[in-house]
Amino acid sequence: MATPDEPGAIARGASAPNGSGRGNGTALIEAEHLELYFPVKKGILVDRTVAHVHAVDDVSLVLTEGETLGVVGESGCGKSTLARCLVRLHEPTGGTLRFRGRDITKLNRRGLQPIRREVQMVFQDPVSSLNPRKRVGQIIGVPMRLHGVDGSDVESRVRDLLHRVGLNPEHINRFPHEFSGGQRQRIGVARALAVNPKLLVLDEPVSALDVSVQAQVINLLDDLQDEFGLSYMFIAHDLSIVRHVSDRIVVMYLGKLMEVSPARELYEKPIHPYTQALLAAIPIPDPHENQARARTVLGGEPPNPIDPPPGCRFHTRCPHATEICATTEPPLAEYAGGHLAACHHPQSVGAEEIASAVRSSLSPTSAGDAMPDAEAARQAGDPAPGDPATGRGARTGATPPSPSAGPGSGAP
Amino acid sequence: MARFAVRRALSALALLFATSVVVFGAFEVIPSYNPAQAIAGRNATPTTVAEVSRKFGFDKPVYTQYVNTMKLVFTGKVIDYQDDLNVVDQFRKRFPVTLSLVLPAGILWFGMAVVLGSVSAMRAGRLTDRVVMVAAIVGVSIPVVLLAALLLYFFAYKLTWFPNTGYHGLSNPVQWAYHLILPWIALAVLNIGFYSRVLRSGLLDMANQDFVRTARAKGLSRGQVFRRHMLRNSLMPIITMFGLDFATAIGGAALITEAVFNLPGIGQYEASSIGNLDVPPILVGAILTAFFVVLFGALIDILYGLLDPRIRLTG
Amino acid sequence: MAERLLEVAELEVSFATEDGLVRAVDGVSFALHRGEVVAIVGESGSGKSVTVMTLMGLTRGVNSRFGGSARLGDRELVTASEAELERVRGAEIAMIFQDPISSLSPVMRIGDQIVEQIRAHEKVSKGAAMDRAVELMERVGIPRARDRARNYPHEFSGGMRQRVMIALALSLSPSVLIADEPTTALDVTIQAQILQEVKQLSQESSSGVIFVTHDLGVVADIADRVIVMYAGQVVEQGTLEEIFYDPQHPYTWGLLGSVTRMDRPPPRRLPAIPGLPPSLTDPPEGCHFAPRCPLRFDRCHELPPLQARVPGVAGHLDRCWLQAGDKRDRREVEGQIGLATEAVA
Repeated sequence: MATPDEPGAIARGASAPNGSGRGNGTALIEAEHLELYFPVKKGILVDRTVAHVHAVDDVSLVLTEGETLGVVGESGCGKSTLARCLVRLHEPTGGTLRFRGRDITKLNRRGLQPIRREVQMVFQDPVSSLNPRKRVGQIIGVPMRLHGVDGSDVESRVRDLLHRVGLNPEHINRFPHEFSGGQRQRIGVARALAVNPKLLVLDEPVSALDVSVQAQVINLLDDLQDEFGLSYMFIAHDLSIVRHVSDRIVVMYLGKLMEVSPARELYEKPIHPYTQALLAAIPIPDPHENQARARTVLGGEPPNPIDPPPGCRFHTRCPHATEICATTEPPLAEYAGGHLAACHHPQSVGAEEIASAVRSSLSPTSAGDAMPDAEAARQAGDPAPGDPATGRGARTGATPPSPSAGPGSGAP
Repeated sequence: MARFAVRRALSALALLFATSVVVFGAFEVIPSYNPAQAIAGRNATPTTVAEVSRKFGFDKPVYTQYVNTMKLVFTGKVIDYQDDLNVVDQFRKRFPVTLSLVLPAGILWFGMAVVLGSVSAMRAGRLTDRVVMVAAIVGVSIPVVLLAALLLYFFAYKLTWFPNTGYHGLSNPVQWAYHLILPWIALAVLNIGFYSRVLRSGLLDMANQDFVRTARAKGLSRGQVFRRHMLRNSLMPIITMFGLDFATAIGGAALITEAVFNLPGIGQYEASSIGNLDVPPILVGAILTAFFVVLFGALIDILYGLLDPRIRLTG
Repeated sequence: MAERLLEVAELEVSFATEDGLVRAVDGVSFALHRGEVVAIVGESGSGKSVTVMTLMGLTRGVNSRFGGSARLGDRELVTASEAELERVRGAEIAMIFQDPISSLSPVMRIGDQIVEQIRAHEKVSKGAAMDRAVELMERVGIPRARDRARNYPHEFSGGMRQRVMIALALSLSPSVLIADEPTTALDVTIQAQILQEVKQLSQESSSGVIFVTHDLGVVADIADRVIVMYAGQVVEQGTLEEIFYDPQHPYTWGLLGSVTRMDRPPPRRLPAIPGLPPSLTDPPEGCHFAPRCPLRFDRCHELPPLQARVPGVAGHLDRCWLQAGDKRDRREVEGQIGLATEAVA
């Protein structure tokens, strides 16, 4: 098994987008043990750092070319900070970050310049992220000029982009306030696309929009991805909308990865209890189904990221937590099909699957070696892979993936 | 709190030092500046001037002069060049006059601004609001000199309701107030106009705040909502302005009013010193103003902390 | 049928703006009974929030115009004097707002904010009111309530602040509780907690609840009856069952179709309703939804009245000219209720 310290080990170990995904397997961004702590300062004369906000805490992941990686977690889980770290709007305080294989962890502004063109960000609030005093033509055109598009070509390219994002090219001279929320988000997308990026980091791009408009923007993003060969990192606060865009989904809690899974599988077979809770928390727009499913409402609130709990970060709220969860941080166990989960008591998987799981090279360095106990699961009786969304037990047709299909890291 | 006090004290020292250096340095670069000549008098011989220069240390390097002057300032022995008077004594004598002018005027302008700003905001868009706001504009745009002159002309000369000019000590409070009413008004009007406009717009912003809506939804009366929820949060900007305006005014910035009404305050003294390129009073005045600005800045921050629990005092 | 608490009839609210008169609420009628939860669903600009804020007189202003009626028992709210409304607000109708962060005064202790509400309506001592405030905070699940009452809002998490808002709203046992998107600003796991709380409390208190939301999942979870609003008008209203399993208005179909269903495999493409809601200063002549409706026909130039159109079902009203049988055939997309959008370019 490759040690996590060997460069590239993580990329080899994890860039296994599942068959249905769009990714072609070439790593675009690789994060290894990425860490961003914000200092909390205090002092009478000289500020001393008295504590840290553990915003991103030893996160390793890979984003491959052409894929969409969904990042999901509740407020304060570090998803936005992680995104800003990956595009180097923040400098990580630890770990390594590579873009197309090149170490960009410590690059300065100038060194980052070419990468800035390839990686663009779209923000949540379409109202405040567009300069109200600039016309649409300027908002989209200026980044083009900055990145060396010839002046005379700019206008025709702006018009073309407006058309591609579903806006009227005639509106090139309008101001942002003359557009609706959904249209403004289209402008935000067009601005990001202006410099022909390879990766768009979308920070809750549709959260502020009405449902019917959300769908319009999501469909647009889907079209643009195919048209421009883009990779997306799509950040969301719940599991509903990411499902439609993601090839793989990362679930974060309090700065750590809880689960990484091919998108479809995450919904059919959530392994981490936190993922289950996130799924159960979304009410189903169907009164009968909604009443029928046994919803476990997760109690409590996320702990303070300044002083995160030891062991598994989720154990204070977890319905399955035992002693070990409070003391030992679980490693990311890799199950069949490139499905990773950091949990001592994995759900929706049988004893066989647990037994064949291996410690993933993406595991945090602070995590122990304690892999989930297959024997205990066997004694407890194999939990049938249930339907987490309805909570109605086994669903026909949900075939458990064969346990021998664990690709990625070598034999343990 | 300890952190706050220590940091503020340190920044005050730094500011006072910087102010004194800037003031002192500024005079060094004025071409016609020759303090020895000024002290020796217009008709003095070059020998006398040279002697004065040596006696006062004007022949020494600038930094030595600075150190010496600052020593004199802080031991209270510094004298001005125009009248050979002890500067600190002058300030001590004149300060009550300035305070008599500025303190009541400050209360007047702050109080009136709160009343007018509140009335205006409560009646936004209606006639009262428009009248108040037009009056405020007039108040802001009229020069203090002109206003003071007009007040004197109408109320002192024509109507003779108030005395002409001059200052009466506090030993006779009635006379004191009687002589100061016009100066108070002259000093306050500009700020009333300014502050009431700031307060009005702050209150109108506040009216759209979610928590004000909550307060109304609770069934509180308009007055309760206004006093408990809107006014308190809208006062901060004008309190900040007040702290700084008040600090500079008692440091001598009310000089126009003092001059027109012939009040022997700090401002008047500073004005005449500037005319005579008389460094010591200007230096002391500047240090005093800087001190007040820092002091009131700190007081405002403490008040902020009391008004808004989210603000923690840091340096 | 349970006691009728509130009856809204042909309510109209418009605001004079520089761009003209905005018809925010255009003839809304509904009733609320004791013990029931009525959900008002719609997107931004549908008039759902303005409707409920008007019930409390919170939309009054120099530029506001009102019409129609809203009766709380014997009391007419639309024309009530400000003094009369002050007695109603907080005591008989209470409201929980969307954003718990900005909806509490940042400079007042939590306990004092509840005490203030109690003492605005009842002559009780500060101490007694504080005891009640603490009791209320305990009831909505705030731990160590006695200590927490001395904290300021910024020392609470979003979920806890929304609990405070609920405690505040319940403090005088109002007969009508209005919740205006109370969970929209919260994380999903916290939303689930708050929904459970609201459900439980509404059952205990037997008051009527008006729950305003854009989220049909939340509606399915909490409502007894549903009112669907679009561009200032009610386009459909009925029981929870009727709206979800026999929806009559194409806009309702579109809404139902565009929510993600976690219990079903995701569709290849997310169903969207094409176009944008109309301007409220200049709404379309006939059916307000017609310009976006793939099923529109000649008659849609005329505004359909809100009336019962399903044979034999009196309480299920809608505003669409299509025949009930016709609708049944045309509201399915890939086996689910939705708005087939191919018809519109």
